[in-house]
Amino acid sequence: MRYLPLSDTDRGEMLARIGVKSVDDLFADIPKKMLLKEPVDLPRRKGELEVERILSRMAARNVSASSVPFFVGAGAYKHHVPATVDHLIQRSEFLTSYTPYQPEIAQGTLQYLFEFQTQVAALTGMDVANASMYDGSTGTGEAVLMAHRVTKRRKAVLSGGLHPHYAEVVRTLSDMASDEVVTMAPDVAGTEDILSRIDDSVSCVVVQTPDVFGNVRDLKAIADKAHQHGALLIAVFTEAVSLGLLASPGSQGADIVVGEGQSIGNALNFGGPYVGLFATKSKYIRQMPGRLCGETVDADGNRGFVLTLSTREQHIRRDKATSNICTNSGLCCLAFTIHMTLLGQAGLTRLARINHAHAVKLADQLAAVKGVEVLNKAFFNEFTVKLAKPAAEIVERMAQKGVLAGVPVSRLMPKAGLDNLLLVASTEVNTDDDRAALCAALKEVL
Amino acid sequence: MLNRQGRPSAAGEAGTNVHPTFTGNKALAQIEPLIFEIGHADGTGVDLDEPENFTPRLGGLERKDEIGLPGLSEPEAMRHYVRLSQMNYGIDTGLFPLGSCTMKHNARLNERMARLPGFSDVHPLQPVSTVKGALELMNELGRYLVTLTNMTTVALSPKAGAHGELCGMMAIKAAIEARGEGKTRNVVLVPDSAHGTNPATAALIGFVVKPVPARDDGWVHVEDVKKLLGPDVAAIMLTNPNTCGLFENQVAEIAKAIHDAGAYFYCDGANFNAIVGKAKPGDLGVDAMHINLHKTFSTPHGGGGPGSGPVVLSARLAPFAPVPFVTVKDGELTLVENEADADETPFGRMTAFHGQMGMYVRALSYMLSHGSDGMKQASEDAVLNANYIRASLSDLFSQPFGDKPCMHEVLFDDTWLKDTGVTTLDFAKAMIDEGYHPMTMYFPLVVHGAMLIEPTESESKASLDLFIATLRDLAIAAKKGDTARFTGAPYHAPRRRLDETRAARNPVLKWTPPAPLAEAAE
Repeated sequence: MRYLPLSDTDRGEMLARIGVKSVDDLFADIPKKMLLKEPVDLPRRKGELEVERILSRMAARNVSASSVPFFVGAGAYKHHVPATVDHLIQRSEFLTSYTPYQPEIAQGTLQYLFEFQTQVAALTGMDVANASMYDGSTGTGEAVLMAHRVTKRRKAVLSGGLHPHYAEVVRTLSDMASDEVVTMAPDVAGTEDILSRIDDSVSCVVVQTPDVFGNVRDLKAIADKAHQHGALLIAVFTEAVSLGLLASPGSQGADIVVGEGQSIGNALNFGGPYVGLFATKSKYIRQMPGRLCGETVDADGNRGFVLTLSTREQHIRRDKATSNICTNSGLCCLAFTIHMTLLGQAGLTRLARINHAHAVKLADQLAAVKGVEVLNKAFFNEFTVKLAKPAAEIVERMAQKGVLAGVPVSRLMPKAGLDNLLLVASTEVNTDDDRAALCAALKEVL
Repeated sequence: MLNRQGRPSAAGEAGTNVHPTFTGNKALAQIEPLIFEIGHADGTGVDLDEPENFTPRLGGLERKDEIGLPGLSEPEAMRHYVRLSQMNYGIDTGLFPLGSCTMKHNARLNERMARLPGFSDVHPLQPVSTVKGALELMNELGRYLVTLTNMTTVALSPKAGAHGELCGMMAIKAAIEARGEGKTRNVVLVPDSAHGTNPATAALIGFVVKPVPARDDGWVHVEDVKKLLGPDVAAIMLTNPNTCGLFENQVAEIAKAIHDAGAYFYCDGANFNAIVGKAKPGDLGVDAMHINLHKTFSTPHGGGGPGSGPVVLSARLAPFAPVPFVTVKDGELTLVENEADADETPFGRMTAFHGQMGMYVRALSYMLSHGSDGMKQASEDAVLNANYIRASLSDLFSQPFGDKPCMHEVLFDDTWLKDTGVTTLDFAKAMIDEGYHPMTMYFPLVVHGAMLIEPTESESKASLDLFIATLRDLAIAAKKGDTARFTGAPYHAPRRRLDETRAARNPVLKWTPPAPLAEAAE
C-alpha cells in the first residue's frame, strides 16, 4: 500500500521489540467478539489511476459554474481567484501544518493570521478580528451567544433579511440552549420595522447587509436604537466583496460584525469549506469566541506571534469556555488573506465596482424582459426579481438550456408565499454574452 | 566558457567567529516583514479595468473612508508567503507526533480530486438536477462511514470535530425531549481525561457537566459511571480510544449501564484512527460519534483547519439528524434541505448549505485508495508504531498507568524528569532543535506534565528509530543535568522561546501604523 512505509519484515522486528506475537495482541482490550477478523465489507485498495477514474466520473455529473452562464448567489459567490492563491495554499508547510501550538516553528501560520486579523478589522471597520470561524452561518450563531454573554440577556431579534440558513443555525442553537429568538417575516423590500422590536429585554439585533434579497441596508438607526436599550447590533454579510464599496458596518455602529469570507480567495466547493470572518470592539475581546493571534517578542527580543487570550477557550476553561470551538478555517483563511493582499484596497474597491456595475447592467436588461420585475432599489451584486411564473420551475427549465439563472426564493423559504421570486447574482466573471444568454433563455421559458 | 581565473576551488580556512549579518537574515532563514510594512495603499497584484460609466444604486451607502490596506504585486506576494511558509513545520517536513491530532500523510491525489471543477466549482444552491455527482459522492462517503462504524446513519454537515460533538449532543437532546424528559434529564457525564471540547459542548446547550473521576489505571470504570447514573443523566461523553492512549476495556459494560439508565452513549471519535477496520463503534453500543475527517481520513490540517466532523448515529438517534441530508426517493438520490420536507424529525440545521464538500471528496479519495484492507492495515501500523516507541522508551520515560500496550498514541508523564530542572515544556522545545515537532504536551489534564506521542502509520521504521534515538539522547542529557540544552531551547528555530504572558497581558491583535516621528518623540 503506497501510503504505508512499513514492510512485513519491519513489522516482525517491531513486534519482537515490543514483546508480543501478533499485532492483535496490542488490541487485547477490545472485547474479543467485537474485534474484526476480516476487513470490513468495502472494496479493496485501489491505485491512483482507478481512484481518479471513479471520482472524475462523479465530478462529471455536476455542472461547474465556469462551464455555463452563471448567476447563482444567495450566500456563496463565483469569483475569479488568482492562480497564485491556490499555489501558495498548497505549499506543504501551510497545507500539512496544524494549529500553531508550538509558535517557534509556526511563525508562518501565526504571521498570516495576524495579517488576516488586521485585514478583517480594517474591512469591517472594527477594532479587532479573530483568526476565523468555520463559516458565516456558524459565526453568526457564535455572535449571538457572545451578545448574550456581554449583555447577560438571552433574546435575539433576527431581521427578515437574514439568510434563512443563518437564521436556522441561530434558531437551532438557541432552541437547544433555551434562549429566545424573534425572527422577523421575510423582508423582500428591506423595509421591515425592526426598530419597534428592540426593547430592554433584547440582547442583540441581527441584520444582514446586503441582505438575502440583495438590499443594501442602513444600519445607523438600528445601532442607535439597540444601544439606547443596552443591546448589541450584529451586522452580517454573506458577500465580502461588498465591503470594498459599502460603508463598513463598524462605521455604522455595529458591535459585532460577522460574515462569510468565501468570496475572497475561496472556491464554491458546493458549500464548504468556507471561512467565517468575525470582528468586534476592543472592549469585548474577552467575550469573543475563536482563536486569536497576538504579537509578542522572543527570548532574543525579536518580534514574533503567538495564539493568545486562550483562557477563553475550551482546552483551558472546559465547560466555562466562551465557545466549544477548536478548529478554525486555517487554509481558507490563508486563501482569503493572500487574495486580499493581492487585491489591496485599490484592487478590492475596483473589483467591487465591477461587480456592482455588472449587476446594475443586468438589472436593467432583465427589467426589459416581459414578465420580469426587478424589486430592489439599492443593491450590490445581487437582487431579487419577480417572475410571472414560479421561479423553481423556471430555473429548472433554464438549467436544461444550459443557463444557471439564480436561486428561487422558495428553495430557501419554502412556505413563505414567495414562489415567483428569484435571486440573481452577477459578479466580475459574467460577460455580456452571459447576460444576453440569461435574458434570452428567460424570454423563452416565461 | 567558465572563467576559473582566481576562483578558489576549496573552502578557505574555517573561521570560528560567526559574524552577524547586515540584514539579520541567516542564509535561507529570512526575516519577513508584515505586508503592511512592504506594500502601499495603491499597490495591487490583480489587473482589473475600471467599469464603464454607470450610475451606482447603493442607496447612498457608499464607503467614504479609506480601507487602509496595502496591495502587493504578484512577485512581492509570492515571496512574502513563500518566506512565511518556510517558518512553518508540517507533516511533509518531518515526524509530527502530536497526540490526538493524527498528523498522517496527506496524499496529493486527494487535493487533485477535490479541485476537479465538478466538485470545487459547483454552487451549493444550483439546481439539484445539475449536481447529481455531488449527491452521489456524499451518499458514497456516508455509506463508507456507516459501514466502518456499523451505525444507522450519518449527519455529514458538521464543520469540525467540536461542531460534530455539538451535532451529536443536539441529537441526544432532541431525542430526550421527544421522550418528554427534556426538563428532567440534563446531566452529562464527562471523564476528567476528555478533550476540553466535550464539557464545553455539553455546557453550550444547557447540560450540566458532571466529571467521572480518573483512576490510576487510565481507564473509566463501570462502577464509577454507575454511581453517577440516575434519571437525571442524559448521556456520557466518552472518548474511545481514550486520551491516555488506551482502549476503554469496560466500554461494553459502560454502554449497557448507560442504556439501562435511559441515557445515551456519545463517543468522541477523535482517536478513531486506532480502530478503523478493527472494531465498529456500533458494536460497542455507541449512539453517536463524530469522525474527524481531518484526522482519521487524512484531509489536510491546513494550519488549524478547515476540519470536517460528520456524526454517525444509532437507530435511536437517526430520526433526529439535522438537515440537509441525502436520501433515496423513488430510486433517485435527493437532497433534503428543509425540515418540512423530511419524513423524519430533524432537530434543525448546523450550518448554511451542505457542510464541507471539499473535505468529503478528499476523505473518500483516501478511503477508495486504502480500501478495506488498507484501512485495517493503517490502523494496525498506527498502533504498532506507537507501541514500538513505547517499548523503546519505557526504560527512560515514565508511563503513568504502568507498562502496558497502548493504542495509536503513547502517554508519558514527567515523573522521570523530577529533580532534573527540565519541564515537559523545556523537553518539547529541545525536540524542536532536533528537527521534530513536539508531541502534545500537558494533555490529558489527568496526568502531570503529560507527553502524548502519536506517530501515525505514515512513519517508516527508520524514521521511528531516529526519533527514538533522539528522544533517548535528550532524556539522558536531561538526567545528566545538561539543563541549558532544554531551558533555553529552542536555539535553532526561526524564533527563540516566545513570551506568551506578555502577549496575553497587553494584547496586540493587529498591526497599527507607527506613530509619526514628531508624535513619537513627545
